[in-house]
Formats: sequence, structure tokens, C-alpha cells
Amino acid sequence: MVEFLQFTLSGISFGMIYAAIALSLVLIWRGTRLLNFAQGGMAMFTTYIAIEVIYHTGSYWAGFVVALAAGIVLGTAAELTVIRPSLGKPELNSVIITIGLLILLEGLAGIFYGGQYRSFPAAFSVTGLRAGSTALGVSRFDVFVAAAVLAAALLLAVGFKYTSAGLRMRAAAFNATVARLSGIRVARVITVGWALAGLLGALAGVLVSPSTFLYPNSMDTIFVFGFTAAVIGGLDSPAGAVIGGLLLGVVLSYAGGYLGSQVTALVALGILVVILMIRPAGIFSDAQVRRV
Amino acid sequence: MRTAPLVRILGTALIGAAVVVILSIKLDAFRDYQIAQVAVEVTAVAGLTVLTGLSGQISLGNGAFMAIGGYTTALILLHLSWPFIASLAVAAVITAAAGAIVGVAAARLHGPYLAGVTLMLGVALPSLAYVYPGLLGGDQGLTVVYTTPGFLGSNFPLYRWQAWVCSAVALGTLVLLANLGRSRVGRNWRAVRDDEVAAALAGVNVARARVLAFVVSATCAGMAGAMLAIITGLVAPGAFTITLSIALLTAAVIGGLGNLFGAVWGSLVIVLVPTYATDVATSHGLSSSVASNIPVAAYGVVLILVMLIFPQGIQGAVLWVLRLFGISSSRTRYPASVPDTGPPAGEAPASQHEVVLPHKKEGTQ
Repeated sequence: MVEFLQFTLSGISFGMIYAAIALSLVLIWRGTRLLNFAQGGMAMFTTYIAIEVIYHTGSYWAGFVVALAAGIVLGTAAELTVIRPSLGKPELNSVIITIGLLILLEGLAGIFYGGQYRSFPAAFSVTGLRAGSTALGVSRFDVFVAAAVLAAALLLAVGFKYTSAGLRMRAAAFNATVARLSGIRVARVITVGWALAGLLGALAGVLVSPSTFLYPNSMDTIFVFGFTAAVIGGLDSPAGAVIGGLLLGVVLSYAGGYLGSQVTALVALGILVVILMIRPAGIFSDAQVRRV
Repeated sequence: MRTAPLVRILGTALIGAAVVVILSIKLDAFRDYQIAQVAVEVTAVAGLTVLTGLSGQISLGNGAFMAIGGYTTALILLHLSWPFIASLAVAAVITAAAGAIVGVAAARLHGPYLAGVTLMLGVALPSLAYVYPGLLGGDQGLTVVYTTPGFLGSNFPLYRWQAWVCSAVALGTLVLLANLGRSRVGRNWRAVRDDEVAAALAGVNVARARVLAFVVSATCAGMAGAMLAIITGLVAPGAFTITLSIALLTAAVIGGLGNLFGAVWGSLVIVLVPTYATDVATSHGLSSSVASNIPVAAYGVVLILVMLIFPQGIQGAVLWVLRLFGISSSRTRYPASVPDTGPPAGEAPASQHEVVLPHKKEGTQ
């Protein structure tokens, strides 16, 4: 029973990281109908920047803030330089461009920082919390991880719902042509979407790296699970991304805990197949309307 | 049309075979190895060119089918000592069955959802090697011993023989796929790709067409995996990572989805560009971590640039150049098109490089 509680709590902590990646993918998908394969690579790169800042200033929070800022810059730059020119060409081209971007970032990280594993500091203590005499299996830092992603998701939700910028983003995602006709600068909205996605990715990178170490490919697995979470939830639904991330995180935590870490990918495949068999466009998809 | 299609396809394949034989004799062992590598990639990528370019589906997990083919071959050579050609056939049959299973599961899915499932398949399947370490060798994998056949004499270079075997399989696959693309099956695929509802109304069994495309692409990947097992002498989970699956799709798109030639160009890029860039980087005396990563970065840049400059891939660029010199008619096997899940929401600048290839009516049938 204690074990079950521990697996659940640590699953929630990891699930929130998947949720952050999933949310960033959803933001980009809604704006550009494009899967950003560079999302993990961008997160990896901004985390390297955070390490450098922490090393030079000695302050974790300086690195944290710089990483988030770098995420915004990287997301914006990627959209403006390589993504915008590719929109309107065959869709797979944009996907391959994001793959090219991922490979470029991994290569650059290797050139600048080398390929060796680096440890990354955590903001808070990583020793396990206890309730009375029972170990909970999570640390103060895990609580921070979950809270930070939850806060970011709530901020986004509130921003989408109650600000005019959020309304513009929803309008552009709902129908780009109509949005453009009503005076919304859709291209700018898309850039903002990429910037926010870059920020969320950077957040995920900083939060996950204390437990995974940092190396040029360190975010690959996180990206795959984040993508899986987004697909489970439905790529059009930010709420679905968070739910999908939590669901995947908890189930994978049980699978890893009870069955061994070598089966986690197989279990993730199983969940994905079962859910998409029932709902081919994710849990939170709208009624299926296929264009004819 | 001056020559019958079949004659033209076979003629092209024969020219390809001649080029391979001449190159493999002229070049050194390492280049022979690269020829074999390219042939392996061509076989796998051609299957994806058909799956994506013709039937409009996507797979980010064909590395999983390569793993199935590779492990099948390794197990057969290890335990049964059958000739390679027999293990290749068994690998093809088994991966075809696996492709059918995945295809049935995938038939309802579209766009990113299909991409997600196949990506996860590519990640998950190789981890079976860790679950069954006794049979599949775990992390270390299985060693594959493959030698030149006796009739060639003991002095015949192994790498040259491997280059020949792999190229023969690759060219045979290309010929079969080219014919398949021109047949009723291929026309059904194109119909499903362009408009599922219209295809269904015209009497095409949409689900069957989509599953069949998956079977074909999985079979190609399985044969490629079998060949990879003999040229590298090892099958291990580390050889069938998600990077491999993504590289296959990358090669298909960058080469050009509209034509099987695209599979050849794409495979040449993903095999040769990283090696060439490594050579350049090491010859300039750069430190090892820099030298080993410059090719990675350069490869990324090449992918981005090709996609921005030649939206129809390298084959599109080749056709454009040929037409510029008036050599080629504007004929193509099948017009390039990719699955369309909705109009991009961003600004859609008119593409200047888009090679518009009017789809002429097929001559026969």
C-alpha cells in the first residue's frame, strides 16, 4: 500500500513533466498543425544554458529564469527563421525541418558542451518526504516540479480564457482565415505560440534534468513520452495534454515499479493503442468531423 | 510513351546493377560497406516512399520492423544455419504479418495520431530484447556470422559480396514496388490518399488498401533489417533506435515522396553526408568532441535547407533541372503529395519552387 502511494506520487511528478512537453506540443499544433520534433532538443539546449549560468553566477534561480527566457527566444527564433518559410509547403516538409532543427541543436550542444553526462542541480532538497514514519517516495523538489507545471498550465488556461491575446490565439487556432479577416495578425499569434511552447519546454528541461542527467540526447525519451501524452489527450486540447501527461506518468510509474523499467515503453505503447482504438483522436477530441 | 513501362523499369534497374558492380570493384572495402549500407537504406526507405507518398499514411516506427527482420535473420542463422536467402524470405514473411497487425490497428488513425503510435512502436519493440535476454541477447544483442559463399573462392572480398547481395535485394524491391505503384493496387492507394470518401464511393476498399500499404512497407523494412544484420554482424537494441526510424522517414521526404528515385537520393544523403562531414572535420584537426558533432550539426542544416529550397525533395530538384535543359518531359510516376490534415493556419506564401507535375493519365488499363 505504501509502495502504491509512492509510485502514484512519483508518477504524478514525472507525469507533470510529460504534461509540460505535451502542452508545448499542443500550443504549436493548434497554431500551425505541425508536430515540433525539436521540442525536446530545444529544452535540452536551454537547460545547458541554465547550467552555464548557474556555474558562473552560483545562483540556481538565475539559471532557471535565464533558461525560461532562452526558451522564449529559441521558440521565437525557430518559428521566424525556419518554420514560417515552410508553412504552405507540403506538411511533412515542416516536420522534417523540425527534425533537422533537433539534429542541429543536438550537434551544437555536442560541439559547445561535449557529449558527457552532466548533473543538474535541483531547486529544493531531493531527500524523500515523510508522513509520520512512512516514506512518501517524493521529495520537496518533486512537489515543486508538479506545482511549477501546474501553475504554468493554469496561467496559460487563464490567459487563454480571459485576456484578449488569449482570445486572439483561440480564434487563430479555431479558424485562421476567419481570424485573419477579423483583423487578427495570425502570423504573430503563431510566433507567440512558439515562444510559449519554447518556455514550457525550457521549464520541462530544467525540471527533469536533476533526475535524468543532461546530455545532448537526454530529452529524447521525455519528448517521446510527452508526445505520447499529447496524443492520448488529443492534440487540440490543452486540458487533454495535462490529463494525458498525468495518466501516462502514473501508469508508467506503476509499470516501472511493479514490472521493471524494461517494460515501460511497451506499457506506454499498450495504453496508446487502447486509447486510440476507443477514441482515434485522443480522449479530449471533439466529435469527429472529417473533411471531405 | 516510347517504351513499355516494364522495359523501362527493368532497364533502369539493370543500369543500377551495373553501376553497383563497377563501383564495388573500383572502390575500397569501406566504400563497398557503404554501398551495402545505402542498399539497406534504399530498401527500407522505398517502402516508406510507397506508404507515405502513395497511400498517404505515415510511419515513424519502421525501425521496429527492421528490428523484427534483423532478429529473425540472426536467430535463423544462429540456430538453424539456413542460407541467408532463406532467412531473408522468412524475415519478409514475418514482418509482413507484423505490418498487417500494425496496419489494422492504424487504419483508423490519421496524421499525428498515426505518427504517435508508430513512434511508440519504434521505441517499445526493441525493448523486447531486454525483456527476453535469454532468447534475444539483451543489451549485447546477437552476433551474426556471415561469410562469402564457397563458389567465389576464399579470396573474394566479403564486403564486395555483401554490397552485391544487398544491392540485388534493393533493386529487386524497387522493381517490384515500381510495378506495384503502376498497378491497380497503386491506383487504389493514390485514390485513398487523395480522397478517402471518393475512393470508397468508387468501390475501393479503403481499409484494405491502407493495411496493404503498411504490409508492403513493413516487408521492405524487414528485408532491410535482415540485410543490416549480415553487414554489421550484430543485432542489438541499440541498432534499432528511434533515431533510425526517424532517419528513414527523413530520407523518404528529403529524397522526394513522389518517386522511388527519391528513396535512392534520400538514402545516399543519410548515409554519405554524415560520413563526408566527419572526414572533413577530422582532416581539419578538430578536437574529437567537436569533430564528431560537426557532422551532426551539418546534417541538421542540410535537412532544413533541402526542405526549404526543394519542397518536393531532391527528386523534385532533379526533375526541375532536367526540365530546365529540356531533357525530361513533365512525366512522373505519381505526383508528389503528402497527407493533408488541414490547411496550415499560418501565412501561406506562394511556393516558388514547387514543381508542378501534372498527373498524366496512365497509358494502360
